[in-house]
This record gives sequence, structure tokens and C-alpha cells, in this order.
Amino acid sequence: MSVVPVTLLGLLERQPSHGYDLKRDYDTYFGRGKALPFGQVYATLARLARDGKAAAGEIEPGAGPERKRYAITPRGRAEVEAWLAEPVEPEPHLQTVLFAKVVLALMLGREADTYLDAQRAAHLQRMRELTAIRRNGGVVDALLADHAMFHLEADLRWIDVTNSRLSALAQVVRP
Amino acid sequence: MKPEVDGSVVAACAVVKSFGPTPALRGASVAAGAGEIVAVMGPSGSGKSTLLHCLAGILIPEAGQVWYAGGRVDTLDESARSSLRRDRFGFVFQTGQLVPELTAEENVALPLLLAGTRRAKAIAEAREWFDRLGLDGLEQRRSSELSGGQAQRVAVARGMVAHPAVLFADEPTGSLDSLAGEQVMNLLTDAARAEGTTVILVTHDPRVAAYADREVIVRDGQVISPNRVSP
Ligand SMILES: Nc1ncnc2c1ncn2[C@@H]1O[C@H](COP(=O)(O)OP(=O)(O)OP(=O)(O)O)[C@@H](O)[C@H]1O
Ligand SMILES: [Mg+2]
Repeated sequence: MSVVPVTLLGLLERQPSHGYDLKRDYDTYFGRGKALPFGQVYATLARLARDGKAAAGEIEPGAGPERKRYAITPRGRAEVEAWLAEPVEPEPHLQTVLFAKVVLALMLGREADTYLDAQRAAHLQRMRELTAIRRNGGVVDALLADHAMFHLEADLRWIDVTNSRLSALAQVVRP
Repeated sequence: MKPEVDGSVVAACAVVKSFGPTPALRGASVAAGAGEIVAVMGPSGSGKSTLLHCLAGILIPEAGQVWYAGGRVDTLDESARSSLRRDRFGFVFQTGQLVPELTAEENVALPLLLAGTRRAKAIAEAREWFDRLGLDGLEQRRSSELSGGQAQRVAVARGMVAHPAVLFADEPTGSLDSLAGEQVMNLLTDAARAEGTTVILVTHDPRVAAYADREVIVRDGQVISPNRVSP
């Protein structure tokens, strides 16, 4: 599942919310300067409802799409749980997903350090594979593997620093 | 005995060790099998070096057990632990561990000389490592005349010269740049694999850890298992 839908689901897990509130919280914690268009919020919520991961409540007085309140369903909850527990495929440029997982886990009171440990293990496993390529392959393979290794190293540094800042981060993102 | 200790060459089981009021290890457990290379990672001050010293019988834990080849290490007296270290274990530390007054080949021969090997034989065995580790021609240099990378390769040779069952390496690439560090790691792991030596490799550097078969993470004096994912 891609980041935006599962993040909105995660925000819904805290409490049933209107699209407007979801967009505001998404922009605050996950948007990082790039606001989520309203259209995408409503389209995503409609898809989540269609797939049985969220349920739309009664249309409240005033009408219009923003008057609908959404709640997470058990299937939606399971989706969030599974997404958080699964390490990201270790390849370069995953910072956004790593970041979203950590913030969402903390927001929902999950063990973010468990997720980070699983991610570190996945990264180190990939680095071992790349090390074998660098030792056994030709110079071109080695250079390509080097490039990937440097990016994984950057991720790993970020994982370590984030690990030591989890409690500070939890204070900011928890209600 | 914990199940993970069975079948392992070295193991620490719920080891506790403090320095005065400072708890360095708070129930740390780790085990390595024959010929296995295990990286020990974790933040600075988390207890990695203390764990290595306990495994190697240099430090005695206040609680918990340390095992080598099916026997307890932590209950041995100092002289028995000292023979164990001399006869079965090799060591490579960060830097400055070579004896400056000795030549490179004397440094490499040192563990053999301390074990009572005749000088000519010890030096001859030491010399074999110079070719193996790309140190040809440096046999007579003093350690102050070696580059950092050369000195670390001499240290690897010294750690391996007595064919230890277990090599304990604490930040063996120390402050070397990536290429020199890589060369040290290539040689260290090639030698260990060729000899079937078990390696406990303490490092904070993921590139160095990537030479190991697996890693364990030490945090706040405990070893966390890396693959635990909460249900
Ligand atoms: N000889 C000592 N005397 C007093 N305190 C010590 C001693 N050795 C270690 N400590 C303390 O025990 C804790 C663990 O130290 P240790 O050297 O094992 O950490 P480390 O993980 O190896 O760190 P680094 O990555 O910085 O080498 C630290 O709080 C350290 O200050
Ligand atoms: Mg240390």
C-alpha cells in the first residue's frame, strides 16, 4: 500500500475524523512542506471506504463531502499494523516512507524502536549482499554497489539518530 | 544453560557487569558458532567493548555466564583464563596496540614467543603472514614507521598467528579511511574463513559489519535481537 492512503488510515485509527481534519494533520506531520490536495484526500477516503478499510458515517447537516465523518474498520486497522511491521525494501531514497512509519508508529503508541530495529536488520542484510558483490564482481559492479552502499549507510545513520530521539519525537506527535 | 549456548563456540548468557555505579552490561546474551563472524553493533557507551572483554575472559561478570567450547570461562581463575586467552584466542584492537620498540615481524611473532615457541620458529611463522596480508618488505620496520593501514594489518597478523579458535576484534579498522579499512576487513575475513576462526567483531560502522555473517545490536547493556517484530 502506498504511503498516503495508509497514513490517512493511521490518522483515522486515532479517532474518527472528517477529511478536513485528516488533511490538516497530514500536512502538519507528514506533508513536510507539500500539502495534500483536498481532492486527493476525498478520493482516497472514498477508495478506503469502497475497500472496507474505512466506513463513512452519516452525512451531517450542511451536506457536501467534507461533512462526512470516516472511521477505521478492523480491516483498516490490520492494514496499518501490517504496514508498520514490514521493513521497507532497502534501496536508496526511502526517507519519506521511513519517516512516515516512525511518526505514525509513535502517534499510535506502537513500538517505533521495534520497527527501526527490523529496518536496520533489513538494511544490513542488503549491505552484506552488496559487500559480496563488491568483493566478487568486476569494477563496474563494485562501483554500482558502492553507490547503493553509501545511500544505505545514510539511511542507517538516520535510523540510529532517530532511535536516540524517539522519546523527544513522541512528545511532539502524540496528542 | 540457554538453548542458544548449545552448539556455540563462545557465548555470553545474561551477563551483568558494572564499573562502580555505572551498569555497563545488564543481562547481555550472545553466542557465536564455529567459524561464524558476528558483528556487535550499537551506540557509543552501550557496552560493546565490555561484552567483548567478558567473552574473552578479560573481565569477569558479576552475574551470568560466559562459555567457551562447552566450558565455563567466568568461573576460571586468572591463570587459567590467561592461558585460555594465550592458547585459544586472538585479539585485534583499534590502534596503538603494537609494541613500538619491536619490529613488525617481532610484533606478529609476539603471541608465539609468549606461548614459548622458539624465536627462530616464531619469526618464521610470523613472516608467512607478511606475504598473505600484503606486507612484504615491511618485516623490519618499527611500528612507528608504518601507516595506519599497515599497522592494522600487522595487528591482524598478530591476532591470527597462533591460529586462534576465536578472534576478538574491537573496531579493527579504527580511524582508517574506507579503502584502507576495506583492505583490512578483506584480509581479516579471508584469513578467518580460511582458518575456520570464529570472529567477534565490534564495530559501529555498517560497512565493517557487512563483512560479518550476521549482526547483534547492543543497547543500554543488553543485546536486542534484530529480527523481532511485534505482532
Ligand atoms: N574501565 C572502565 N571504568 C569505568 N567505566 C567503564 C569502563 N569501561 C567501560 N565503562 C563504562 O561502561 C559503559 C560501556 O562501555 P563500553 O566501553 O563497553 O561501551 P562501547 O559500546 O564499547 O562504546 P564505544 O562505541 O564508545 O567504544 C560506558 O558507560 C562506559 O563509560
Ligand atoms: Mg568500545
